[in-house]
Amino acid sequence: MNRREAIKLGGAALASAGITGRLYAAPATGPRFLLVFLRGGYDSSNLLIPYSSSFYYESRPNIAVPRPDSGSNTGALALNADWALAPSVRESIGMMYSQRQVAFVPFAGTDDLSRSHFETQDSIELGQITGSVRNYRSGFLARLSSTLAGAPNGGASIAFTDALPLVFEGVATVPNLSLKNVGKPTFDGRQARILSDMYTGHRLEGAVSSGLELRQEVAQEIADEMNGANRNAITTKGFELEAERMGWLMRDKYRIGFVDVGGWDTHVGEGAAQGTLAGNLGSLGRGLQVLSQSLGAEWSNTVVVVLSEFGRTFRENGSRGTDHGHGTVYWVLGGSINGGAIIGTQQRVDPNALFQDRDYPVLNDYRAVLGGIFRSMWGLSAAQSAAVFQQTAPIDLRLV
Amino acid sequence: MCRSRPYRSRVRSRLCAAIAGLTAALTVAGCTTNSVPGTAPAAKGTPDAAAALPNLRREDILWLERVSFGLDTAGVAQYRRIGREAYLDRQLSAREPALPAPIAAQIDALQVTHVDPTRVLADVTAQYKAINAVADGPDKELARRALNDQGNKLAYEAIRRDLLRAVYSPAQLREQMVWFWLNHFSVFKDKASLRWLIGDYEEHAIRPHVFGKFRDLVLATLAHPAMLQYLDNNQNTAGHLNENYARELMELHTLGVNGGYTQQDVQNLARVLTGAGVNAGDAPRLKPELESMYRRSGAFEFNPARHDFGAKTLLGHPLEGKGFGEVEEAVNLIVGQPACARFISRKIALYFVADNPPPGLVERMAQTFTRSDGDIAAVLRTMFLSRELAAELGGKFKDPTRFVVSAVRLAYDGRPINNTRPMVNWLNGLGEAPYAHPTPDGYSLAEVNWASSGQMSRRFETARLIGSGNAGLFDPEDGGPATVTGFPQLANRLYFEAVEPFLGARTKDALARANSQQEWNTFLLSSPDFGYE
Repeated sequence: MNRREAIKLGGAALASAGITGRLYAAPATGPRFLLVFLRGGYDSSNLLIPYSSSFYYESRPNIAVPRPDSGSNTGALALNADWALAPSVRESIGMMYSQRQVAFVPFAGTDDLSRSHFETQDSIELGQITGSVRNYRSGFLARLSSTLAGAPNGGASIAFTDALPLVFEGVATVPNLSLKNVGKPTFDGRQARILSDMYTGHRLEGAVSSGLELRQEVAQEIADEMNGANRNAITTKGFELEAERMGWLMRDKYRIGFVDVGGWDTHVGEGAAQGTLAGNLGSLGRGLQVLSQSLGAEWSNTVVVVLSEFGRTFRENGSRGTDHGHGTVYWVLGGSINGGAIIGTQQRVDPNALFQDRDYPVLNDYRAVLGGIFRSMWGLSAAQSAAVFQQTAPIDLRLV
Repeated sequence: MCRSRPYRSRVRSRLCAAIAGLTAALTVAGCTTNSVPGTAPAAKGTPDAAAALPNLRREDILWLERVSFGLDTAGVAQYRRIGREAYLDRQLSAREPALPAPIAAQIDALQVTHVDPTRVLADVTAQYKAINAVADGPDKELARRALNDQGNKLAYEAIRRDLLRAVYSPAQLREQMVWFWLNHFSVFKDKASLRWLIGDYEEHAIRPHVFGKFRDLVLATLAHPAMLQYLDNNQNTAGHLNENYARELMELHTLGVNGGYTQQDVQNLARVLTGAGVNAGDAPRLKPELESMYRRSGAFEFNPARHDFGAKTLLGHPLEGKGFGEVEEAVNLIVGQPACARFISRKIALYFVADNPPPGLVERMAQTFTRSDGDIAAVLRTMFLSRELAAELGGKFKDPTRFVVSAVRLAYDGRPINNTRPMVNWLNGLGEAPYAHPTPDGYSLAEVNWASSGQMSRRFETARLIGSGNAGLFDPEDGGPATVTGFPQLANRLYFEAVEPFLGARTKDALARANSQQEWNTFLLSSPDFGYE
């Protein structure tokens, strides 16, 4: 029995035990979007290295990633004449890049100049016009979900987080469940049934049953994985484990997902080819690769965008780290995107290019970039696009 | 499963015997009676004369749940004795009643109860300065972390004090209003020096004014270093405006986003607020003509040298440049707007009445607000005695704080816990940790933001944590061995008097299917009957 069959059987068993089998009723194919938010402002200059710029090496005497060496299989990977990929993601993201499943958008970001994590994360998640009065009850993925509600290619949304993130504020039905530490389900089938029965006919009936069901399903998927004859020899852990679970859930039920990953605020000792940042990037890269696998055939319908609230200072600081900056590099991944490219508006990396003599400028607005991706993925009308990102012309990066 | 004799009663008798055998000192409310489930509770052998008083109706219980953080025996007994209006009067009393002695002693033992916030802030500011002067590197990071840990300890004590009062204070409406106003004038403990300030913020900016004049509450928060740091007004000076606080003061604190002010008003209010900042150190040296305008209270400072003395117009009214008097005049002007009366009334009704408060009720509350010069107690009185509130009873979803506090109140019914960490963990897990909302809008008061599928599951899991044992609530905070212990006694006398008679059929059915006391507790706390008030 393969894992998928086992999962289906698990679902049938659950259904017969009284938990409805709705999760398994709609695995129809269609576009899927996952937003991966790197909280803390990751140092994009040590992910996508402007190796043709001597200014990069002058600016980072201690933390620059060495230039690609064509004789090495472990150093930075040249992607084109100007940009190279960090060695820590060479095996994962580098491999996918060569399969045209990854693209990078440098000089991306927001027009929020606060350089505050908190301010800028909020402004991105809300996706409203910077400087306007914020509506904290309206995140952009919530607006996208509402826009797609009822559309034949629309579907359910989920946040893989402990709390419902701001990006999903405004839609009552978005479930949230962190997949970091999913142990045995707290409740067995009988208990879950009793809990659900208490809410029969209640306005929370749907939320209660689907929440319990989701817990049971995730536990079931994991149990199957643990018992599977063909399970990986290497135990996945950390973000990889989380990503694998996200892949299953996105494959089987959800169309719009969100997850956040912390640990990017590298003010001190961030490292270069190896070190703190490289470790985090490596884990992220392997996780995204695992995600692409666990999505199965739906990977070709999926687009993943990885972003962060801002980039970091181009020059290293006094403690071999970097401070809060502005423009950053977004990642776009998907099984059938036109990847293998560095896209969007760009400029040469030299001292004159820096914004406020400090960090990357923003040449590709996040709303325009994301708006363009959403438009292509779901064929949104102008009015629908405007409902997601007001007063923003989506740009078509011809990725999707 | 034995359907003929519900598990609840079997478990209860067994449990009572077991606990009585463990320690005779334990209060085991509900174990003395042996009532048959489904019948009225027997009050025989109990010291009070509750049996002689009228039985409470469902609407009495639900009303009591709205006024309080949840039922306890003392509150139910008092309500029975004196009736609704007198009960409300006592709850709205300006005098704060004494806490139970063991709780008062715990609070008195806290550092946060005794520190001088200005001195602490001066000390912390100096330490930060010293750390910043050190060369960057691991040592600096360690020193910074150590300092923050000190602050976190003080912040936790403030939270601990707050939770102990929420569970044990007889002044339940006061405690709910403390939570409400803290959330309305929300600050975030992890910003700037707020770790060291939130205890004082609650104690001196919020608590004294919860039933007073709304204007005083606004001015008290305005003149507190926690708010000034949190919304950056300490950086708002003549010629270098920072609009952050000015905007939130109108948008979130007083008028509401559609409250009739313009961007120009925001800028002008920011100009009015220039010079209102934080200074825990020495007074600045000022030109002689400015000296008389300098104000200082604790670490709050109004520094005329940083103030924009130009003439301003706010909400259509001219304001003369005259220093801190302008701030008071501006606040008077703002809180006197009809929009403020409506905005505040609606928000109070949102917390206590319904997610969509009946407009007629909000209007009457706003009239009371205006007539009484913003008297919060008067507005609450209008609301709690209204027929609109009566019509909404049973329909308000408990936010996580109400859920956790009411569960602990019911489960331990006045029995003092020693440790609030488990409560903080539950609130963290449910997404409503105290002083931890980063954005100035505070936590949502509406069901829609707390009752998503993931959150409902988490709530049931939390119910299980609360219902399955004492969860560490009796472990001393200092890590010493527990000398007392407890078990959640949800099937207690209070339950049989005030909860069971009104349970819905589906909840009763679930309870009857429980296989253990722990399960029974979990189902009760997870039920819609417990989740709504």
